[in-house]
Amino acid sequence: MLELSALELSSAIRAGKLSATEAVSAYIGAVERTDGQLNAFISLGKERAMARAKAVQQLVGGGKPTPLTGVPIAIKDNISTAGTATTCASKMLDGYNPVFNATIVDKLERAGMIVIGKLNMDEFAMGGSSETGAFGPVRNPWDVSRVAGGSSGGSAAAAAAREIPLSIGSDTGGSIRQPCAFCGVTGVKPTYGAVSRYGLIAYASSLDQIGPIGNNIDDCAALLSVISGPDDQDSTCVINNPFDFSGARFERLDGVKIGLPRNYFADGIDEDVKRAVLAAAKEFEEAGASVEEFDMPLMEYMVPAYYIIACAEASSNLSRYDGLKYGYRSDKANTLSEVYRLSRSEGFGLEVKRRIMLGSFVLSSGYYDAYYKKALQIRALIKDAYSGLFERFDMILSPVAPTTAYKLGENIDDPMKMYMGDIYTVSVNLAGLPAVSLPCGFDGQGLPVGFQLIGDAFAEEKLIGAARVYQRRTDHHTKRPGGAA
Amino acid sequence: MKWETVIGLEVHAELSTKSKIFCGCTTDFGGKPNTHVCPVCSGMPGTLPRLNRAVVEYAMRAGLVLNCTITQKCKFDRKNYFYPDLPKAYQVSQLYAPICRDGFMEIESGGHKKRIGIREIHMEEDAGKLLHDPQSGTTHMDFNRCGVPLLEIVSQPDFKSGTEALSYLEQLRETLLYLGVCDCKMQEGSLRADVNLSVRPVGGEMGVRTEMKNLNSFKAISRAIEYEASRQIEVLEKGGKIVQETRRWDDDKGESYGMRSKENAQDYRYFPEPDLLPIEIDDEWLARIRETLPELANQKRERYIRDYGLTEFDAAVLTGHKNISDLFEDVLKRSGEPLESAHLITGEIMRLMNGTNTPPEELSPDPGKLANLVSLVLSGKINRNAYKETVEAVFTGDVDPEAYIAEKGLIMVSDSGAIHNAVAKVLNDNPGAVSDYRAGKDRAFGFLMGQSMKMLNGTGDPGMLRKTLKETLDNQANL
Repeated sequence: MLELSALELSSAIRAGKLSATEAVSAYIGAVERTDGQLNAFISLGKERAMARAKAVQQLVGGGKPTPLTGVPIAIKDNISTAGTATTCASKMLDGYNPVFNATIVDKLERAGMIVIGKLNMDEFAMGGSSETGAFGPVRNPWDVSRVAGGSSGGSAAAAAAREIPLSIGSDTGGSIRQPCAFCGVTGVKPTYGAVSRYGLIAYASSLDQIGPIGNNIDDCAALLSVISGPDDQDSTCVINNPFDFSGARFERLDGVKIGLPRNYFADGIDEDVKRAVLAAAKEFEEAGASVEEFDMPLMEYMVPAYYIIACAEASSNLSRYDGLKYGYRSDKANTLSEVYRLSRSEGFGLEVKRRIMLGSFVLSSGYYDAYYKKALQIRALIKDAYSGLFERFDMILSPVAPTTAYKLGENIDDPMKMYMGDIYTVSVNLAGLPAVSLPCGFDGQGLPVGFQLIGDAFAEEKLIGAARVYQRRTDHHTKRPGGAA
Repeated sequence: MKWETVIGLEVHAELSTKSKIFCGCTTDFGGKPNTHVCPVCSGMPGTLPRLNRAVVEYAMRAGLVLNCTITQKCKFDRKNYFYPDLPKAYQVSQLYAPICRDGFMEIESGGHKKRIGIREIHMEEDAGKLLHDPQSGTTHMDFNRCGVPLLEIVSQPDFKSGTEALSYLEQLRETLLYLGVCDCKMQEGSLRADVNLSVRPVGGEMGVRTEMKNLNSFKAISRAIEYEASRQIEVLEKGGKIVQETRRWDDDKGESYGMRSKENAQDYRYFPEPDLLPIEIDDEWLARIRETLPELANQKRERYIRDYGLTEFDAAVLTGHKNISDLFEDVLKRSGEPLESAHLITGEIMRLMNGTNTPPEELSPDPGKLANLVSLVLSGKINRNAYKETVEAVFTGDVDPEAYIAEKGLIMVSDSGAIHNAVAKVLNDNPGAVSDYRAGKDRAFGFLMGQSMKMLNGTGDPGMLRKTLKETLDNQANL
């Protein structure tokens, strides 16, 4: 059963060959067997999931089943679930239970899916290795001495290890795409404004977007259809209707124009990554697409602009964790200012504090114009550059990360090196664009390599269509890690 | 040296929209602590604001009557600071593109007209309240007020005296009330003002200013201005320097003290609010708001004098509060009698309000019933005595006027037989007064008139009664 895709699993449940309760208990069993090694889950809601599976199973006969009815799912732990702990992998939210569901959680339940647990991540989604959380690092199923990527490392590792058929992540600067590449799974970072952020605990509000992670593009597309759509509670969610990808099924890609940013392959990229990504480009050519090289402008400004904007917003978003209302409060504090200072100093981890300080600095008077305002100007230029590119190309094919998964602890003390790992992903968030992350082979050590297809705003259908063609022609996404299974 | 005072005002007006600026919670004042809250206004992690369009419309109305330019693409910004009454640790406000700019208001002070500049008006959310319990030494947070919409109306430093500042505040208050955007109850904090003040030698360079907060009444504002101006002059005359600082007014002690100086000033780290889209105000929306602007007090005064022939005094009384002019116009609409309706309000109703200590905010007599009484007195169904008595009964007990009149027998007696009988009996019972009258004592006529009216339970037609009494007395004399 664990080898079925999410769509196959739901078909089997709807056809009465399997029950939702069998599916849920099989996946809970998988988590219990393997997660001691991976640490992909922060919490597993066994009883709640079993009760919910029974309720879903009763509806299977009647009601309105969906293509994902009965499918178990797990959610990154920065997405609010009513009555169950939502930690952001931080000590700061110790004991906090939301009183409401994120909009997407309600949507998953309405679609007949069953949430079985919450997934590990970098603290408050700040990091690219899922090592910064308060509950220990996520380990890569392909090599447990290596990182799973981040910040949605738990979401990618759990899907890769078949602890769950589908998961939910969030992407602020690459946090869905990069762990997918490191773990050899498929993910979608939707257009900013396609999926409601209501209930997603904000890292950087103008960049955050929730998206699906799974073992193939069809499962991800089905899940994205479920979670997308307008929401009265999120005014930045400007999409008119949920996505419908049923039409995006092509045999070939004749006439599709793909841009390949030449300068992304020049310096700092691993040879094995370069080779696998260029091979993917070749595959698209063979499927009928034209691939044309171009120079991506503003490359050296992308990472700085991203970190200035993301940290500025984070410094404000994370101010509400003050030790007064919920979550962690230092027991050494005696005065109001000590409650603030000590609770925040003790409750937040190093990377979060680094980003809060950086963000506070770039917004402070006298520095706003030099940093924050400049970064906004660069952001506008990047948006314009992409608009120009999408007049020439249908999509852009690029690496996701310059390397494959590195060793646990290898980069944790070198923030600059860690930040430069985001070079290919952050501009997509700055411009609010959609991208799919797809596996395209392995490096010399047998570690997965991924690439991304970037599209114009709300051009998800094109990207999904192209990804389907690619996955029909290749088998990289069907490979399973041996190490942890 | 001769000094002059330079004052600017920042007025915070809580808007009287039904729901808060970014969620559906009620804006009602009071309520048990933390009962008017939801995850959004209490700033729970993951929640997002959604803008109440009524707030934008209220701001546009205020901006238009204050002659401002409306920013057709305006934005919200975050003002970041830590305080327990601010659950998100930032206030959503407007810094870079406030909704209204560059307006003015004409005020009258000391017989002169003066134009006061309005620098800007911006929309923002209110914070909660902290309740300190001195007994246990604990502090409790009440988030009911969090997210109540506010307009901050920032004037230019155009005031030279407390009198001018008060005149502006009174007129601004009246304007906001007539617009229906704020109930302007200072005691409930729905209208608050901060004072920026500096002094300088007459005609000299601008001085260093201080900002005063915690001013909870017009009287406190006036006293605080007086205190601060003389404090600054005293410091400067002794050769000292004014420190740019925020000062807190203590109304009980009648003095202010420094809270924080500029060196310790907060850096609010303003930046654009990423959770809200810019607000696009198109010409059509703006035109619709412009068309639905209500008539303001000064416009009403002019119209009352011009169209209804009211005196300036009566027009001023009627426009002293929106509820009073609303009542007048409602009674007038139903009765069609401008003068009688006006005099009803300026006379009986004002007397009853004073007598019962009813503030205009609580003025609630049924305009339909009052209009009914206006018709009854004008058509001669009741006389003035009965009119006054019934108006009072409507005002205090909301009685049905027709039923009340019938029950109390207040219908005017114009039946000549009844009047003749009453007069005959009074003359018969009061021979002394009759002979006084004949001796030329005019006061005796009044006495006999009163006795006759009394005989008719106060409901006699006064004209007819007077005529009958006079004729009877004169006829008897001729006998």
